[in-house]
Amino acid sequence: MSKSINLRKGFDIKVSGQAKPEVVELASETLAVKPTDFVGYGKPKMLVKEGDKVKAGTPLYYDKSLEAVKYTSPVSGEVVEVKRGAKRRLLEIKVLADKEVEYESFNKYSLPELSRLSEEEIKSQMANSGVWPHIIQRPYAVVANPAHTPKAIFVSGFDTAPLAPDFEVLFAGEEANFEAGMEVLKKLTSGKVHLNVNGQTPKVFAQAKGVEVNSVSGPHPAGNVGVQIHNIDPIGKGDLVWTVSPYGVVQIGKLFLEGKYDASRIVALTGSEVAEPKYYKTYNGASIDKLIDGKLSSKNVRIVSGNILSGEKVAKDSYVGFYDNQVTVIPEGDNYKFFGSFAPTSRLSFGRSLGLLSFLNRGKEHVLDSNINGEHRAFVQTGVMEQVLPMDIYPVYLLKAILAEDFEEMEALGIYEVAEEDFALCEFVDVSKHEVQSIIRRGIDLMLNS
Amino acid sequence: MQFIRDILDNVKPNFEKGGKWEKYYYLYEAHETLFFQPNHTAPSKGAHVRDAVDLKRMMVTVIVALIPCLLYGMYNVGVQHFTAAGEAFTFGSAFAFGAIKTLPIVAVCYATGLAVEFVFSVVRKHPVNEGFLVSGMLIPLVVPPTMPLWMVAVATIIAVLLGKEVFGGTGMNLLNPALTARAVLFFGYAKNMSGDQVWTALDGYTGATVLGDIASKSKEQVAELVAAGNGLFSVENLFFGNIPGSIGETSALMCLIGAAILVITGVGSWRIMVSMVLGGLAMGYLVQTFNNGGFGAVPAYYQLIMGGFAFGTVFMATDPVSAAQTNVGKWIYGFMAGFLSILIRVINPAYPEGVMLAILLMNVLAPLIDYFVVNANKKRRLSRATV
Repeated sequence: MSKSINLRKGFDIKVSGQAKPEVVELASETLAVKPTDFVGYGKPKMLVKEGDKVKAGTPLYYDKSLEAVKYTSPVSGEVVEVKRGAKRRLLEIKVLADKEVEYESFNKYSLPELSRLSEEEIKSQMANSGVWPHIIQRPYAVVANPAHTPKAIFVSGFDTAPLAPDFEVLFAGEEANFEAGMEVLKKLTSGKVHLNVNGQTPKVFAQAKGVEVNSVSGPHPAGNVGVQIHNIDPIGKGDLVWTVSPYGVVQIGKLFLEGKYDASRIVALTGSEVAEPKYYKTYNGASIDKLIDGKLSSKNVRIVSGNILSGEKVAKDSYVGFYDNQVTVIPEGDNYKFFGSFAPTSRLSFGRSLGLLSFLNRGKEHVLDSNINGEHRAFVQTGVMEQVLPMDIYPVYLLKAILAEDFEEMEALGIYEVAEEDFALCEFVDVSKHEVQSIIRRGIDLMLNS
Repeated sequence: MQFIRDILDNVKPNFEKGGKWEKYYYLYEAHETLFFQPNHTAPSKGAHVRDAVDLKRMMVTVIVALIPCLLYGMYNVGVQHFTAAGEAFTFGSAFAFGAIKTLPIVAVCYATGLAVEFVFSVVRKHPVNEGFLVSGMLIPLVVPPTMPLWMVAVATIIAVLLGKEVFGGTGMNLLNPALTARAVLFFGYAKNMSGDQVWTALDGYTGATVLGDIASKSKEQVAELVAAGNGLFSVENLFFGNIPGSIGETSALMCLIGAAILVITGVGSWRIMVSMVLGGLAMGYLVQTFNNGGFGAVPAYYQLIMGGFAFGTVFMATDPVSAAQTNVGKWIYGFMAGFLSILIRVINPAYPEGVMLAILLMNVLAPLIDYFVVNANKKRRLSRATV
């Protein structure tokens, strides 16, 4: 049964710098795979060395805790640098791209053939080609293990995060790939494949058949797949659910229809500090430097791979994250604000404490900097995080259980159902300025390693 | 404002690691952050933008909500003095007299409380918490204007120490620090602060509060007084606060203005306020129906405007740290606080002012209420587990 869910809790953050629906081709000289994008795993084992020639889809490394899954090169070219950080932690594997991309060849099927494939054939092709990491497992929000079978697979068909890219632009012309991707996913679960949309359905989803289409509406985080799962078919202890982004579904479909790992993708360059926000067609792991080169309107900026609520701050010489289809540039807020705690201000606020006037002008697009607007304090205010978390979870109790490293409490309070991004708004509204998302990930790591 | 920034930047190295006053860093920080919101930026992973609210602004909101009570309280202290002395007065002279009596109490309270906070911030190496900005205003408003200053100081110190700092500071405390101070005064210096007598700022002059009066009279006597509706028994006087009593809590109207500010800004919990009023009314009706003493003749809504009920409901019960934290818990907590306030007020003639004790009792019970509410959530989760 398709469900129709209307969420009322949450908060839409309106920021200036929405990308115009215009796509520009962007060649990137070097691209990189960043093992740090894949949280929860930390034992990468290199399969190539500097100087090796690779094709698009050639495995670069695998993780020793999940050996079946290969992380592959997005383009063909030469491995120019394996960048390591403190304690030789693997940070980036950089590939200098060829002019023409050459592809590793994988098995190619027509759409009707897909439904006759065995689960093993599908999984092995996916795990060896580089599309598998698009499959995320809940609990824990980490790359799924191909040996498992989930009770359901969820795809969130819309994005409510600040400055979220338009799916019509991102996935223009990918209808057939998406259909094939969903066809493949159906073979991987014992239950249903859910596609959650919010009223208007982007064209790319039009051809998908045999999936459960649910309608979910409401302010952010209604577009978060974790929130959708919680409200449609919640995860209990012992349950296993997989999630895939629409881009992941398209990638999977393309792999099986065309027999190659084509990591091209459209990335939106957004944010108030971008002179002309628009879309760029490039590849997974594109260079940030190339992407922002000459396109910013100010100097002291923070570049975020992903959205400003749960993305990651990246340096100019870094690369776009594996799961991100947007890069946001906002002002760095490393300045002092005179009487910042007392003077009336129109800075965006969920609450209406004295002098916070943003509620008077709800439609305004804000320019928000990265200042945390306050100081770290103990938990004081109550009942506010609950207003932006459309889940039957007590956020502060869960956070305190994590801080106390109380495993039983964490489990009882719902750690299996959450990912950092679901708590991003809790972090935004927190008057005591806790690093809520880091705490959630710390809790997940504790559970993973216990 | 650059010159203030320059001064701060100049002395800052002395307070930082390796500086000669390193120990006093948090003292410096407390003052710096009054002028400037710090330049802290979000970490590299997480929410890169944050709400404009911080704890200082939230606390200032509560203080602003208390200002109507304070201003009216000052005026009323003067009015009650001149009325008791039988002298003529103007608005100005009443307000001035009240200010002279009241402001020293406020000053002593802030000075001693902040001194304790500062000492703890240095010794325990934690930031000076904003919480006391509110407590320091609440304490003067719940004491009579005749309270000796040294008693205010002692009560404030004990309240901050035992009510808050021993637990780890704002956010960790079990009891509302301001109510703790009042309890210290109530039990420690009962002669100067009792629920059935009231002190007007005139030497040697005391009178019964309306609550003490009712407790000592028979049902018929009270019925007559309520029917006449004069003086202490006038609804207008009780509502507007034209009666002797603690500095800030006589006027239900001023509390309502404060409540409006707290609810509109979202800083105070409307759930607690509404449920506490409902609890008070419920018990008020029970009393009206079944009590054979003086309180039996009092209409239920009188209970809401007599004594400290309104002030306690708006400002004391809603302290987010010591109240229940879950929404369901807040309804239960507020209702029981209101219910118990009236119960203590009526049943126990020694403590006609039951609001303080009721809220303190519910402060202690709040974690238990939340425990059951959160447990219900855990059970819901467990019930859908497949293994």
